[in-house]
Amino acid sequence: MATDKPSQQVHQQAIPEAQGMAVAASGPAVDPDARPRSIGGIGLDLLTIAYFAFALFPIIWILMLSFKSQDQLFTTYFRFDPTLDSYKAVLGLSSTTESVPFMKYFLNSLIASFGAVAVSLLVGVPAAYAFARYQFKGANDMLFTLLSFRFAPELMVIIPVYVIYQKIGLFDRHLGLIWVYQLITLPLIVWILRSYFQDLTPELEQSAMLDGYNRWQALVKVVVPLVKPGIAAAALLAFIFAWNSFIFPFILTGSNAQTVTVGALAFMGGAKPRYNVTAAAALISLIPPLVLALSIQRYLVRGLTFGAVKG
Amino acid sequence: MSVATANPPGSEQDGYVSPARRAWRPYFLVLPALLLTIGILYPFVQGVIYSFQNLKATRPNPEFVGFRNYQRILTDNDFWHAAWVTAKFAIGATAVETLLGVGVALLLARNSKVSSFLERFLILPLMIAPIIATIMWRLMMQPSVGILNYILKPIGLGGIAWTDTPAMAMFSVILIDVWIYTPFVALLVLAGLRSLPSAPFEAAAVEGAGPWFTFRNLTLPMLAPYILVAVIFRFMDSLKVFDVIWGLTQGGPGDALIAIQPKAYQEAISFSNFSTGQTYMVILWAIVYLTTRLLISVLGRAQARAAGV
Repeated sequence: MATDKPSQQVHQQAIPEAQGMAVAASGPAVDPDARPRSIGGIGLDLLTIAYFAFALFPIIWILMLSFKSQDQLFTTYFRFDPTLDSYKAVLGLSSTTESVPFMKYFLNSLIASFGAVAVSLLVGVPAAYAFARYQFKGANDMLFTLLSFRFAPELMVIIPVYVIYQKIGLFDRHLGLIWVYQLITLPLIVWILRSYFQDLTPELEQSAMLDGYNRWQALVKVVVPLVKPGIAAAALLAFIFAWNSFIFPFILTGSNAQTVTVGALAFMGGAKPRYNVTAAAALISLIPPLVLALSIQRYLVRGLTFGAVKG
Repeated sequence: MSVATANPPGSEQDGYVSPARRAWRPYFLVLPALLLTIGILYPFVQGVIYSFQNLKATRPNPEFVGFRNYQRILTDNDFWHAAWVTAKFAIGATAVETLLGVGVALLLARNSKVSSFLERFLILPLMIAPIIATIMWRLMMQPSVGILNYILKPIGLGGIAWTDTPAMAMFSVILIDVWIYTPFVALLVLAGLRSLPSAPFEAAAVEGAGPWFTFRNLTLPMLAPYILVAVIFRFMDSLKVFDVIWGLTQGGPGDALIAIQPKAYQEAISFSNFSTGQTYMVILWAIVYLTTRLLISVLGRAQARAAGV
């Protein structure tokens, strides 16, 4: 189709590059390191490094800031004597005056996120299986209702929930947070797991039943173990999003059930803001999601798109 | 594909199951989730009802006012200001994230030593809570301890006031959003790039097509569905922006960053005008819904075209 293009000779050398882009990931067909390194390749590597410098620098700098002492906070940039003072302040180990009960917030975040994921798994796994395996009336309506939760503006639910919680006493309670977190965790778990169940052929259960299992045993002993990595990934991703949620706890909690995302903001205020302590608080609160995320990296694309893109 | 029909009657090992019972099985499995969904749906419906009432903290027994809330808000400059702020943010952030994200994906798909090493760090900004990421950037933008102006000084850009003017505040909040969500676009597009069939590329190479020609006529059209999925998610989420704006300036300076959701927050929570705030949210929900429908139909066409390649 392009044989009569005048530029073909000029571009001939670049073809393995374009080709490698598409196929290299699928196998050892193109070994990138076997290619002689070109000026262009180095330039592209430098561009890649430039982006990652932008992406990673804030995390590295916040880490540095969190180890600075109050004395050196305003006078130094990169060279300073590291201390653990900020961490002691966040963990409530130092006797400074203005104390924010950060560890309590941390525990609150753990309880609310863990509780929300547990509830979603309990009701979501059977539902996802039913959606993947049966055609039944109302299935699509319910699936799209769940999906619409993902796209609905949070306040649309929070305002009425705020009014209701004030009345029935769920305001500033863990249970109240776990309930609204279902908006985040349930659609995610149902949609992702549905796509995992769909990947398995129904013949699996059929042959298990021929082997003498009943349907329930086939599900528990054959199907679920196969989707276990998917369940784990969906649960961890749901946990991360619940943990990272800000607007729900911001509006629906006070001093009792407040989470780290709201609590970290408290360090920014005050008459004499302690930026190093803020940095330490920010770092402590991003550790759980980061650690979990690294463990499910392989499943992330599917999770982030509700199964729309199978990475 | 349905197992209930694929399974001949009587093949069940747990004895005879009547057709009626089999038909009920999916409902039984879905029931707990259904109850939970209804439980979440209830406040949704309640919220829509609020938008037709005049509920505030000082008026606990509201009356129905018909469309008066909508009429008042849609003729109010505050709403159009919030809508304009939202549009600027959503379009600006989505555009930059898409372009940068596709670029990063193409760089990573080269699988060079450098890019393979760096790829494992791609998701880090995305997994940090947006509010925490915003706090981090606020620290970096802070005039006395912040590092940004110190780094930019050598290239003659010291002393930037990151959030003092409306234009700079918008720039800064988009910058933070770009930092958080570019990996999202890159991750999706990278998955797309790696799932492309190799045959068309081999054919193009045999035909002597140049890299730009290949990219424009093969890679990009086949990648379009992945890019669109990323755009849909990003655009929808940025229409509902709250965390980054609230974390950076609480909507300031003045009302420069008061997008629709922060505006609804002010009305409903700060001023306890629940019905007014809720009306803002129903309008935003309608905007999000209509935009999603539009983008999904575009996606459908792109998928059809990509399948035809």
